[in-house]
Amino acid sequence: FQDQAEQFFRSGHTNNWAVLVCTSRFWFNYRHVANTLSVYRSVKRLGIPDSHIVLMLADDMACNPRNPKPATVFSHKNMELNVYGDDVEVDYRSYEVTVENFLRVLTGRIPPSTSRSKRLLSDDRSNILIYMTGHGGNGFLKFQDSEEITNVELADAFEQMWQKRRYNELLFIIDTCQGASMYERFYSPNIMALASSQVGEDSLSHQPDLGIGVHLMDRYTFYVLEFLEEIHPASQTNMNDLFQVCPKSLCVSTPGHRTDLFQRDPRSVLITDFFGSVRKVEITTETISLDRDVAGFESKLPKDELATEPLKYAEQLPVAQIIHQKPKQKDWHPPGGFILGLWALIIMVFFKTYGIKHMKHIF
Amino acid sequence: VLSYVTGLGWFLALAFQPLVPRTYMSENAMGSTMVEEQFLFGERALSYAREFAGHKKKAGGMPVAWLEKTMWSLGLEVHRQPFARTLPFPDEARERYMVKGTNVYGILRAPRAASTEALVLSVPCSEGPHNNQAVGLMLALAAHFRGQIYWAKDIIFLVNEHDLLGMEAWLEAYHDINLTEVQSSGALGRAGAIQAAVSLELSSDVVTSFDVAVEGLNGQLPNLDLLNLFHAFCQKNGLLCTIQGKLPRSEMDSLPAYGHSLQTLLLMVLAQASGRPHGDHGLFLRYRIEAITIRGINSFRQYKYDMTTVGKTLEGMFRKLNNLLERLHQSYFFYLLPSLSRFVSIGLYMPAFGFLILVLILKISFWQGAPGGQDPSPSPPHRPPVDPTVTPVSLQEPRPGLLALVPPLLICHAAGLALYFLPVLGQRVATQHFPVSESEAVVLTVIAIYVAGMALPHNTHRCRAGAVGVPGVPSPLAVRLSVPPGPRRALAGGGSDRGWMTLKLLALLYLALQLGCLALLNFSLGFLLAATMVPAAAAVTPNGPKVLLGALLVLATPAVTLLLAIFLQRELVEAPAAVAEGWQLFLAALAEGLLQHHLYGSFLFPFLALGAHPCWLLLWNVLCWK
Repeated sequence: FQDQAEQFFRSGHTNNWAVLVCTSRFWFNYRHVANTLSVYRSVKRLGIPDSHIVLMLADDMACNPRNPKPATVFSHKNMELNVYGDDVEVDYRSYEVTVENFLRVLTGRIPPSTSRSKRLLSDDRSNILIYMTGHGGNGFLKFQDSEEITNVELADAFEQMWQKRRYNELLFIIDTCQGASMYERFYSPNIMALASSQVGEDSLSHQPDLGIGVHLMDRYTFYVLEFLEEIHPASQTNMNDLFQVCPKSLCVSTPGHRTDLFQRDPRSVLITDFFGSVRKVEITTETISLDRDVAGFESKLPKDELATEPLKYAEQLPVAQIIHQKPKQKDWHPPGGFILGLWALIIMVFFKTYGIKHMKHIF
Repeated sequence: VLSYVTGLGWFLALAFQPLVPRTYMSENAMGSTMVEEQFLFGERALSYAREFAGHKKKAGGMPVAWLEKTMWSLGLEVHRQPFARTLPFPDEARERYMVKGTNVYGILRAPRAASTEALVLSVPCSEGPHNNQAVGLMLALAAHFRGQIYWAKDIIFLVNEHDLLGMEAWLEAYHDINLTEVQSSGALGRAGAIQAAVSLELSSDVVTSFDVAVEGLNGQLPNLDLLNLFHAFCQKNGLLCTIQGKLPRSEMDSLPAYGHSLQTLLLMVLAQASGRPHGDHGLFLRYRIEAITIRGINSFRQYKYDMTTVGKTLEGMFRKLNNLLERLHQSYFFYLLPSLSRFVSIGLYMPAFGFLILVLILKISFWQGAPGGQDPSPSPPHRPPVDPTVTPVSLQEPRPGLLALVPPLLICHAAGLALYFLPVLGQRVATQHFPVSESEAVVLTVIAIYVAGMALPHNTHRCRAGAVGVPGVPSPLAVRLSVPPGPRRALAGGGSDRGWMTLKLLALLYLALQLGCLALLNFSLGFLLAATMVPAAAAVTPNGPKVLLGALLVLATPAVTLLLAIFLQRELVEAPAAVAEGWQLFLAALAEGLLQHHLYGSFLFPFLALGAHPCWLLLWNVLCWK
């Protein structure tokens, strides 16, 4: 019984939130919207209600004039699964998906007039799933073709969240090219991160659909989704299985993950801790006395009153050891146009002042 | 000399396949050829074609009423546009001064989009049994497209009469401007800004290959992405696609392959230099609408493609164009094509031209060195070899010499103006006096003025060297200048070395400037003219072997370049022309050039008449200096 009570209090969270962001618009980025909507559906299926999901999409796929199947967004070839459905609730749509809005959602600095569905009202017992997809590069993620968010900004936003006690644990998943660069800079505790590709690699899309004329999904999210389809609210699958999803043979890129900031062992973290909203309800007829063991669990939480000196970037955990980066080749580039032009000007002036006649003597 | 050879060598090396990059699709929105084409109306296309042929024969022109009725029944919004144009002189093709016609076009409105953008599929309605299948295919495609719901842009299906004339009239009315003097009723229906256009020419039921034409008016080219799209679809459907009518070769490194791609490149250069639009698409380019012309060719091969395949290719292309969000701008606008899968961008081919112009610039910039040592009288025998002291000494001399240069300049430019204006203005007079048709009259007047220009230097020399009452054709300015005796002696002295050198300097500067500007607009024309005129221009001097230099200069004149280019082009398309035939083609080309200038605003003829010809006459003056 005591064991079961132990298990009951194993994880420290009491509610779940999800922030799902698709940062691209335009018809040829259909697959990013399909990615996000698929994760949305899984998360809803596993129990997180719409009120606890902040969905940011440029909602221009379903009703795009180019869509041969209007009002649908398909994630699978042969149009098996319409992820748009009838009950999609997009909180930030179209031009509202901006870096500013995203950061405001995360940090909670939202004007008082914002509606409740657009807020992330998490507390210090919330586990938050953050999923981002779109076009990215080494250290940045492109928002809607007009702005970018850098990994430093993201890390700082998470630190703000930690200091304001806005999360208990955070799972960050990113499916873009060179996604691993986005989680290199995190320095707040209790964050676990997954990415679809390493720095220097591109994430590839999965399958084109000839009837619609675009790629429907990205590979990493496709396989994550396959994995999630087998999860039900009572599964005991843990994070290590999620790390194994999409090996290089299927995904072509190398997915990466980062668990050093996370307090618990990933093996003991259930998938449903982040992807689902599982209420732990056990009905007993006997009373159980909770002893100090449970309180001992509490002390495992980081004591930030002990951290007297502020953490500096340079002293972070050595990233290079964890994430294998391809060595950057420094090739020699010929001198740029400006230098060449400057030298040409100098040489011309030199010859002009000394006269062309002299050239004939020289040569 | 070295620079010239390098320039030519660079140009020739451009055709070498392994050195030249492959084409690739730059526009992200178009993506790869990922569409499923569902066009099945091949038979319907053929039946439409037969009906159209019958009605065309009955109507003797374009069967406007039948076209309108058919398009209406397909569900398009139909409009007609009558237009009329007065030609400056009738050419052999049209045989009359006033050309009247009607364009018929139907608009397919996009079901769920605002009509802000459009695509155009145009089919020229030619005389006789040409292009009937193209109209049939267009109607069948319209029927198919009408049933689809994924159009984000309107599609305009246009049938234009009298080929280029009708197309120009339609474009002007559509954009509501008046570039050439076409009188037409304004376009009644509009569909937004046109993003891309495809012009289709098909004259047979089955097709063995597709030929694509890209050169447009004044040598403008569409965005390379449109060509890449066409090439990608050819590869997807396994069609045989050619450019300039040359079949693609598989091996890339061997010498025959190099010759083949060099031929294709030269054909494209010649086509672009002529400034003629090689297909209806050429007129779209002026409005920055990317357009190509696709011709289906039936050449008795084994493997034929039927209408359904052609329709599928076009459908695929239009679906991909539908996906576009912005105008095509990612790929190159200035390029040369040695083959359909390789391109040469402007960065690669400009140095070739640069080397040619370098010859002229070197000649001009080393000017101070050359003439100083050659005329002993005006300069002191001992001269410190420093620039600043030479110039004030030698500047005293040519000031009256510069005045002596004005008559040749004026006369040369007057000859150019005469070449430009007189043929058209004087055709009536010519036809009254000589038994020739109007177009022949115009062409012969052009040639006459051209050749007369070559005799001018002798007249100007006579008036300059002699006193007032010398017979000939003295220009009044030269007479007035030669009256005062004092400067006259200086003029006579200026008539020697310094005079022709300054004239040559001026001519070289003028030539370099013109060719430089031209190469930016129409690289092929600039390069061709540079390749022929630069060696002659640099070498010309009245002191050398006159006959040889004279022959060289005559060879370099633009008219002879045109003649040789015609022979070369016929040679390259493997249909070599006999001398008489070549001469006929030459005359036809002259007439065509004049006509196109007046009808569509092509600038080849005015450039040659007002720019290159006076320049050449100046050089001729230098050669005949006494």
